[in-house]
Amino acid sequence: MSTSLALIGGCALITAVIKAVGPIALGGRELPDWFSSLVVLLAPALLAALVVTQALADGDRLAIGPDTAGVAAGGAVVYKTGSFIGCVIVAAALTAALRAV
Amino acid sequence: MAVTERPGAPPEAPPTFRDGVRAGVPFAIAGGLVSITFGVLADSAGLSPLATIVMSAIVYAGSAQFTAVAIVAGGGGVGAALAAAALMNSRFLAMGAALGPSLPGNALKRAAQGQTVVDASWVLASRGDGTFDRNLLFGSSAIQYVTWVSGTTIGALAGDVLGDPEKLGLDAAYPAFFLALLISEARGGRRLGVAALGAAIALVLVPVAPAGVPVLVASLAALAGLTRKARAEARAKSESA
Repeated sequence: MSTSLALIGGCALITAVIKAVGPIALGGRELPDWFSSLVVLLAPALLAALVVTQALADGDRLAIGPDTAGVAAGGAVVYKTGSFIGCVIVAAALTAALRAV
Repeated sequence: MAVTERPGAPPEAPPTFRDGVRAGVPFAIAGGLVSITFGVLADSAGLSPLATIVMSAIVYAGSAQFTAVAIVAGGGGVGAALAAAALMNSRFLAMGAALGPSLPGNALKRAAQGQTVVDASWVLASRGDGTFDRNLLFGSSAIQYVTWVSGTTIGALAGDVLGDPEKLGLDAAYPAFFLALLISEARGGRRLGVAALGAAIALVLVPVAPAGVPVLVASLAALAGLTRKARAEARAKSESA
């Protein structure tokens, strides 16, 4: 139980502190132009990194598997239809189907 | 997600909290599916169903939760799990820095508002000009929080019935969810270029850096926004707004 408490309490504290740093340090200030440009481009950089580290990597090695194909198919769905839910469902369904083969 | 206005169209009313909730529904459904997986996997780390649900309720940071639980389940110590969770969460430093100027109030209030940030709500709340809408942020985070905790509860209590989440392909839901956000966000050559650079940086670092670091370092791809041309575009946009 003590391990659970330390894990959960520690995770909660670390997450809260990390999420608070930016708002405390930069809150209420006017944005300079260069900062606005940087912020606009942060989302594509971070999201692309999240996608590839989860769909093309397994731990610390690069790996292509059923989930890679599933995510790619999900991407095609959202690109064609704009449906986020469809994207997720197709990704999970294709991944499951490929693993079942 | 950028809010665009048509030339000559009447100005739209600012988004409400309810608009945020509505915008967050697709992400909440996807997040709910993913959190079922978390609920099932946490059992392998020795967490009781109650502890698992509490973790989702007070941490509310999916990638950090998955990472921490996976390390403990693999025999690692709590210290290692917390360090990895911190690295996984490090992208919130960049997101929080971006969000900070859009948050009013004293430091404590801003810190409290910053707790609502998750990946999808941060993207949804972005106005596309470097500022963020708080109603979209809070509303979309709230609905995602509800399904995150609900999904965790289902996974924690019904894990034996559900079986192996990987057989259901649920591990593909999270990256698919991020890819959907990326496709909606990365329209236009410059954003696509930054996305490609961010992906390349992350892939190069995966084999050599601890989990979480590749994503944080990939945020440096946004420095492409500091080129003279992009700064001129930002200035022109703010002058025409």
